[in-house]
Amino acid sequence: MRISRRILAGLATASLAVTATSCGGGGTSGSFDDTVTVGILHSLSGTMAISESTLVDTEKMAIEEINAAGGVTVGGKSYKIEYIVEDGASDWPTFAEKSKKLIDQDGVPVVFGGWTSASRKAMLPVYESKDAFLYYPIQYEAQECSNNIFYTGATPNQQSEPATDFMYKRSPAAGGDFFLVGSDYVFPRTSNTITKAQVKQLGGKVVGEDYLPLGNTEVAPIISKIKKALPEGGIIINTLNGDQNVAFFKQIQDAGITPSSGYYVMNYSIAEEEISTIGPEFLEGHYGAWNYMMSIDTPASKKFAASFKKRWGADRVVADPQESAYNMVYLWKQAVEDAGTFDDNAVREALVGQKFDAPQGPVEVMPNHHLSQTVRIGEINAEGGFTILEETGVVLPQAWNQKHPSSKGFACDWTDPSKGEKYKL
Amino acid sequence: MSLSKIKFDKKIVLSFWIILIALIIAAPTILPVFRLNLLGRYLSLSIVALGVDLIWGYTGLLSLGQGIFFALGGYCAAMYLQITSSSEFPNNIPEFFALYGVEKLPFFWEPFRSPVFTFLAIWIIPALVAGLIGFLVFRNRIKGVYFSILTQASLLVFFNFFNGQQKLINGTNGLKTDVTQLFGQMVGSESMQRIFFWITAILVIAAWFFAKWVVKGRFGNILIGIRDDEPRVRFTGYNPVIFKTIIFSIAGGLAGISGALYTVQSGIVSPQFMTVPFSIEMVIWVAVGGRGTLLGAILGAVFINYAKSLVSEALPASWMFIQGGLFILVVTALPEGVLGWIQGDGPRNLLQRFGLKRKIETYPSLEINNKEGNNE
Amino acid sequence: MELLLDSLFNGVAIGSVLLVAALGLAIVFGLMGVINLAHGELMMLGAYTTYVTQLIFKLPILKPFYNSYIIVSIFLAFIVSGVVGILLEKTIIRKLYGSPLETLLATWGVSLILQQFVRSVPLAYGTGLVISLLIGLFLPTTFPSKIKESINFKYFKFSSWIFASLTGVLTGSVISSSVSKLSRASARNVDVTAPSWMRGQVEIIGTAFPKTRLMIIVITLISVIAITLFLNQSAWGMRIRAVTQNRQMSDCLGISTEKVDIITFGIGSGLAGVAGVAVSLLGSVGPNVGGNYIVGCFMVVVLGGVGNLLGTVLASFGIGIMTDLIGAGRLLSIWPDMPLPLSNTINFFATTSMARVMIFALIVIFLQFKPTGLFPQKGRMVEN
Repeated sequence: MRISRRILAGLATASLAVTATSCGGGGTSGSFDDTVTVGILHSLSGTMAISESTLVDTEKMAIEEINAAGGVTVGGKSYKIEYIVEDGASDWPTFAEKSKKLIDQDGVPVVFGGWTSASRKAMLPVYESKDAFLYYPIQYEAQECSNNIFYTGATPNQQSEPATDFMYKRSPAAGGDFFLVGSDYVFPRTSNTITKAQVKQLGGKVVGEDYLPLGNTEVAPIISKIKKALPEGGIIINTLNGDQNVAFFKQIQDAGITPSSGYYVMNYSIAEEEISTIGPEFLEGHYGAWNYMMSIDTPASKKFAASFKKRWGADRVVADPQESAYNMVYLWKQAVEDAGTFDDNAVREALVGQKFDAPQGPVEVMPNHHLSQTVRIGEINAEGGFTILEETGVVLPQAWNQKHPSSKGFACDWTDPSKGEKYKL
Repeated sequence: MSLSKIKFDKKIVLSFWIILIALIIAAPTILPVFRLNLLGRYLSLSIVALGVDLIWGYTGLLSLGQGIFFALGGYCAAMYLQITSSSEFPNNIPEFFALYGVEKLPFFWEPFRSPVFTFLAIWIIPALVAGLIGFLVFRNRIKGVYFSILTQASLLVFFNFFNGQQKLINGTNGLKTDVTQLFGQMVGSESMQRIFFWITAILVIAAWFFAKWVVKGRFGNILIGIRDDEPRVRFTGYNPVIFKTIIFSIAGGLAGISGALYTVQSGIVSPQFMTVPFSIEMVIWVAVGGRGTLLGAILGAVFINYAKSLVSEALPASWMFIQGGLFILVVTALPEGVLGWIQGDGPRNLLQRFGLKRKIETYPSLEINNKEGNNE
Repeated sequence: MELLLDSLFNGVAIGSVLLVAALGLAIVFGLMGVINLAHGELMMLGAYTTYVTQLIFKLPILKPFYNSYIIVSIFLAFIVSGVVGILLEKTIIRKLYGSPLETLLATWGVSLILQQFVRSVPLAYGTGLVISLLIGLFLPTTFPSKIKESINFKYFKFSSWIFASLTGVLTGSVISSSVSKLSRASARNVDVTAPSWMRGQVEIIGTAFPKTRLMIIVITLISVIAITLFLNQSAWGMRIRAVTQNRQMSDCLGISTEKVDIITFGIGSGLAGVAGVAVSLLGSVGPNVGGNYIVGCFMVVVLGGVGNLLGTVLASFGIGIMTDLIGAGRLLSIWPDMPLPLSNTINFFATTSMARVMIFALIVIFLQFKPTGLFPQKGRMVEN
C-alpha cells in the first residue's frame, strides 16, 4: 500500500506538471503588443469529459494557429490570445457557476463552451443577465435564439431534416416504417418531435419511440420493442448519447437488427470519434448526417485533419463538433478585428455576416446567430469513416424549426430591433 | 464519541458572535460577486449538513438519500419562481412547456402560484416525504446498512422520475431561476443575490440553534440512545420508530430549506441534485467536520466545498483522488472529524507525540473530560 | 408461446447480469455485514482486464489464440479484482470491522480513487501495478515456514515487495511499448469486441437468441455452481459458512476468522471481476461502468436476504423478469384489451426509466411484508 501511495503521489505530481505546462496559452514566440484572455469551458471530468476534451484540444489548436499568425489585431495593436480553461465537470449547475467566474472574476470578453443542451440551458441565463457572450459549438435541437449565444453547430433543418428525407426516399429502406430511439433528454425529444412531423408530411409512419435514461445501458427492453414494431426491417433514427450507443449497437447486432436483414440506423450523434470507440464492425452500413466529415476531400478539410493530428497525435481524429469549435474561434477573431474592439456589443454586430472558409466549405454567420452550413449524408464504412453519399448546397439555419408545432411560422433576427428573438414570419 | 464541549469564556463567546455578525454584514462588500455567491451557496449547503448530523451523528442513521429532500425544496422554490414569471409566455405557463407541446399546466403546479403555499411547501413537502419513507422503513426495523442502501435506492427512484418527466418538470434540464422575477426584481441580479446571502446566513444560524435545541434534553438523549443501543431503548419502553421518523423528517425539512436557498443562488435546480455522489458528499462534509458536533457540520460543508472549487479550478482531475482519500482518511484515522478531534484528545496526543509536555494549562477542560470517560 | 419464451429469455438475460454482479456482494455482505460500495469499481477493473487481454491477444505471438481471449480474461479478471479486493480488505476494511457504516463511506472513497485511477494512469502501468501487488502479496506466503517464523521475516517480505515492484514496472513498460493503445492514459471509454464465434444469434426452438446473452447466462451459471460447490463441499467453504452463522463461536472453535474474511472478500471481489467481463460484452468499458449496475445489485441483496444464495438467485431473476415485463410493456401484448385506466398506467411505466421507478417501488412494498428479504437468516438474536 505504501508503494502504491507513493506511485499515486508521483502520478499526481506528474499530471500537475502536464496541466501546468499545457495551461500556458499559445506558446509560440513572436512580438505582441498586448494579450487578451478568453474563457474555455468544457467538462474535463465526469461522463462528458470524453467528448468535451476533444473540443478543448481543438480550441487550443485554433488559438495557437491564430497566435502563430500574429494574433488578433485590434486598433492597430496585435494581441496574443491566452486562455483560461475551466472544468464544467459534466454537471449543469457547475457550468453556470464557472461561467459566472469567467465573466465576473476573470473578465473574459468571450467564452467558448458547452456540449449538452442541458449545460447550455443552464448557462444561458448567466450570459443573458450579465450581457456576456457564449460561443456554443454543438449541433442541437434549436428552438432557442439568444442574443447572448452564438451557435456554430447545426440546427435540425441542417442535419435531421435532410437525413430523414434521405432515409425515407433514397436509402435501401426507402418507404419503410420509422422507429425512434434516443437518450432521455431535450435534444432527442425535440429532434424526434420534428422527425415525427416530417415523416407524417412525407407520408411515412412512425411505429414507435423509446428513450433510455442517461447513464442507463440496459437496452434489452428497447430491442424487444423494435423487433415487435419492425418485424421485417425498417428505419431506425438514433439519438442516443455517448456510451449508450456502444451497448445499443452491440446488442442490436446480436439480436439480428442489421443492414443485411433490412434495418438501417440513421445516427445524429455518432461522428468519427464515436465510431472508433464503438467499433466500425458494429456500425458498418448504417448512416450518419453531419456538416463536416473527415473524409471530405478538399484541401481545407485535409489541412484541418492534418494539423490536428500533428498537434495532438497521429491516432486522433477530427469530427463535426470539433470543426464547429474550430470555426467559432476564427469567426470570433474576424469579428473582433472588424469591430476594432473586444467590446461584446460591437463584436456581436460585427459578427453577423462574417464569412469563413471552414474545413466543411464556406460558412456565413446569419442574423439569427447561427451558421449557414452544408449538410452531408454518409454511410459508415469498415475503416471507421464515412463514405459521403449526398451533399446539399448551403442550408440556412432555422433557429425556430418550421416543422415543430410550437415554432412553426416563427423566425429570429437580431440585426433588426423590431424582430429580435422570435417574430412571426 | 465525546459530546463534551470546550467551555469557553463568556467574553470569547461574545466576541466570536460580534466578529461573525460583522463578517456576515460586511461580506458583500469585501468579497467579489462571484466568491460571495459561492459562499452563500456553501452556507446553504451547511443547512442540509446539519440535518445529516442530526440523523447520522446523533441518531446513527446513515442516509444516502438526502439529495431527494434537498432537490424537492429546490424544485418547490423554482416552480414558484417559474410560474410567477410566466405571464409573457404562451398560455401563461413556463416557457419550457412549449418545447414538449404541453398547453395546460400540470395540476400539481397550480398551488405554487401562492407564495404562502410555496414558503410552507419548501420545508413541509420534503419533511413529509422523508417522514413517509422513514416510517415505512423504520416500521420494519430495517436499519444499518439496509437503511443506507434503501435511501440510496429511493434517491434513484426520484432521480429517474424527475429526469424522465420532461412534460411535467422539464427533465434533465431542470428549472431555471436566474432570469425569473421575485418582488419585481430579477433573481439573478446582484442586489437580490446579496439579500439571499443575508437570508442564508441568518437561516444557517437559526438552523444551528434549532438543531442544538433538538438534541438537548430528553429527546436528544433518546436519539443518542437509539444510536448506541436501539434494542435497549426499546426495552426501556420507548418506541424508537416514532423518534427516528421525527428526526428523519426534521432532517428532510432542513434539506428542503437548504435546497431552496441553494437553488435561488445557483440559478437552477435539476435532477443533478439527486445524483448518488452528491448525497454521499453531504455525509463526508459532516464526517470531516466532526459528527455529533453540529458546528462541525457547518464548517465541514463550507470548507470542503470551498476546497473543492479551488482544487477543481487548478487541477480538475485530482479532486477525485483528494476526495476519495479524504473519505478513507477521515473514516480510518479521524473518525470523530476535525472538530471532534480538537474537542477530544487529538491535539494533546499530537503534542505528546512530538515529545512536548502536556500543556494542561492551555486545555484545562480536556483534562477533566478525559478522566470522566466518554459517556455523558 | 413464442412471446412468453422471448420474454422469459429476456428476463433471465437481464437477471443473470444482475446475478453475476450481485453474487460477490451478497457473499461479502452475508459474511461481514459490509456493503462494499467499491464493488462496481471492482467490476470495472474486470471489464478493463478484458480489454487489456483482448489487446494483448492481438500481439503476433498470441494471435492464433485470439478467439479464446474471452475465456482467459474471465480467469484474469477474477485474479485482478480479487487481488485488489484482498488489498482493500487488508488495508482498510479490516480496520473498520464492526462499523459497517464507516466501511460504506471508506469503500466509496476507494471507488472514487479507482475511477480516477483508470482515467489518469496508462492501462499498461495499471497492469504492472496489479502484477506487483499480486507478487508482493503472495510471494511471502510461499516461503518455507522456517523463514516465515524467523525474526528477519520482515526483511524477506520487504525484499519480495522490491522484487514485486521491479517486476511490475518491467511488465508495465513491456506492455506499454508493445501495445500503443495502452501506453497513454485516457478518460475515453473503450470497447471490447467479442470474438466472432460469440457474435450473432443461435436458434433454439424456433426463436433466435443473441449469443453474447447466452454466454453471460453460461458465465453466471458456472459462477453460481462453482461458488455453491465451494461453499458446501470444501473445508474453507464450511468455515465461511460457520463464520457467517456465528462469528464468535467459530472464532472460539479455532477457525481463523481473519483468514476467512480475506478469502471471502477476495472471492467476492473476484466474482465482481467476472461480472465485469460479462458487462463488457454488453456495452462500453469506462470508469463509470460499475456505477450503472451497482444499485441494482444492492436491490438484489436487499430483496434476496442475507446468507442464502438461493435468495440472491431468485431475487435477480425476479427483478430481471419484472424489468422486461414492465419496461417493454409486455403486459399489454399479453392482455391487449385490458381496461383503459390500467393500460394507461402500464404505458406510463413502459419506458426503461419508468420501469426502474416501478421496480424500486415494488421492492419497497415487498419489504413491508418481508423486511429481511426472501430468505432471512435463521437464528435467535437481538438485531445488531
